[in-house]
Amino acid sequence: MTDIVIHTKDLTKQFGTFTAVDHISFDVQRGEIFGFLGANGAGKTTAMRMLCGLSIPTSGEGWVAGFDIATQQEDIKKHIGYMSQKFSLYEDLKVWENIRLYAGIYGMKTDEIERKTRLLLDKLHFTKECNALVKSLPLGWKQKLAFSVSIFHEPQIVFLDEPTGGVDPETRRQFWEMIYEAADRGITVFVTTHYMDEAEYCNRVSIMVDGRIDALDTPSRLKQQFNAHSMDQVFRRLARKAERSE
Amino acid sequence: MNPVIVNDIHKHYGDVQALRGVSFEAGRGEIFGIIGPDGAGKTSLFRIMTTLILPDSGTCRVAGFDVVKEYKEIRKRVGYMPGRFSLYQDMSVEENLTFFAAVFGTTIEENYHLVADIYRQIEPFKTRRAGKLSGGMKQKLALCCALIHKPEVLFLDEPTTGVDPVSRKEFWEMLKRLKAEGITMVVSTPYMDEARLCDRIALIKDGRFLGIDKPNNITASFRTPLWAAKSQHMYHLLNDLRAYPDIDNCYVSGEYHHFTTRGEGFDTDALNRYLTSKGHAAEVKQIEATIEDCYMHLAKTASRESE
Repeated sequence: MTDIVIHTKDLTKQFGTFTAVDHISFDVQRGEIFGFLGANGAGKTTAMRMLCGLSIPTSGEGWVAGFDIATQQEDIKKHIGYMSQKFSLYEDLKVWENIRLYAGIYGMKTDEIERKTRLLLDKLHFTKECNALVKSLPLGWKQKLAFSVSIFHEPQIVFLDEPTGGVDPETRRQFWEMIYEAADRGITVFVTTHYMDEAEYCNRVSIMVDGRIDALDTPSRLKQQFNAHSMDQVFRRLARKAERSE
Repeated sequence: MNPVIVNDIHKHYGDVQALRGVSFEAGRGEIFGIIGPDGAGKTSLFRIMTTLILPDSGTCRVAGFDVVKEYKEIRKRVGYMPGRFSLYQDMSVEENLTFFAAVFGTTIEENYHLVADIYRQIEPFKTRRAGKLSGGMKQKLALCCALIHKPEVLFLDEPTTGVDPVSRKEFWEMLKRLKAEGITMVVSTPYMDEARLCDRIALIKDGRFLGIDKPNNITASFRTPLWAAKSQHMYHLLNDLRAYPDIDNCYVSGEYHHFTTRGEGFDTDALNRYLTSKGHAAEVKQIEATIEDCYMHLAKTASRESE
């Protein structure tokens, strides 16, 4: 069991009479890149918010990094990283200030922050931009920096919510290389994306339709199962039967 | 005369050269795609074509008029859907559409047939405030508002970013219907699968077009042999491939890594032996290039030349 870092059983979230997430059950292994797919409105964000300790389930259970999502949200937050396309870094802070802020929030020591900051900037070739305001960076740079910041405190799991929206193929590839590298170090990557070709990078993929997980397997087995030549086809075959939209 | 004629456009902001001599023409009813990274100059080009900013040099004619001298004529004849959602968030769906129709001196009824397919999908929510719509619905409303005055040319700057694959497909089906009406479209997108749906595409990087052609010709012009490899450990495979002397450009590409090779007659048996010695149960095969591979190749060549 020690290698399972996310476990859910019949996890459910209702808002009034609306069931946003409907009895989802799955496990994610340590070091796995797990793709969490679904159309707009399928319930991905609600499920992810519960896993990150930001929303309490209506019923069912969920464990993240060994903690109960219903009762130990603060412990979960300390052991995960989070990045989304919509919000990640503070635009009006400098590059180093953003790193300093996040590392401080996660309780890292000052000398360790300084040492790791130098390493990180060097690795990203950002040393010259250390004092630049984040808002002055191109989008692709921001996203690479945001991802690095989200795993700066070496979390067990990092949650990425549509991290590559609007990014060109070259930068997306660099981004996925960073994800591979993090997973190789044992960080579990839980990622949502609208790019079906990106689903192919994942070890396993789940597809949500109307609040339920309708398919979960490796990309190659899903393509076999749905007799499809791409993940895009798999996705469209499943999403077509969705009853609720947006 | 072609509805969009762009000739040697330059634009800079301070020290930043956003556009370094861009030229192209788009014909009536053509869907012309502009594909490139963030910061490549796509949005600057859109703003020049829609008369919102002035070029430093070069000329641009849209719907037969000059973007500098005759901008008022152009504004009546084009529709623009900017990358950022730019409708009035506090007005309802219907109020937004009525407003845009009124600004252009028309009514929803007059051009309803143009937007009907799209508008019917959001009509059930017509009293909802635009700010409360989901991503896919906002995008449909924005397209309706850009179309309601029956423009000759439609400019779409990353219209499908952040929209799920099903909605994206619907959106492109709408664009095909507009094409049949003779509307010219210039569209930018980061999605390579959408690039295939354009009549012609231009790849842009650092303010320059790297190439303009039909999607099929672009892939056919990829002359270097291209290979794909996968194994049980993709991250190590990437590093091992890059360390292999005969391999030139190697990058991740979903289920497989893609790579080009140096020189003639690449020895796959030798590569297989090497990969086995590194502990990979690898599959290596030669493949046809996709638009995305062409983009990666052109981008790499462009950055080598600028160094």
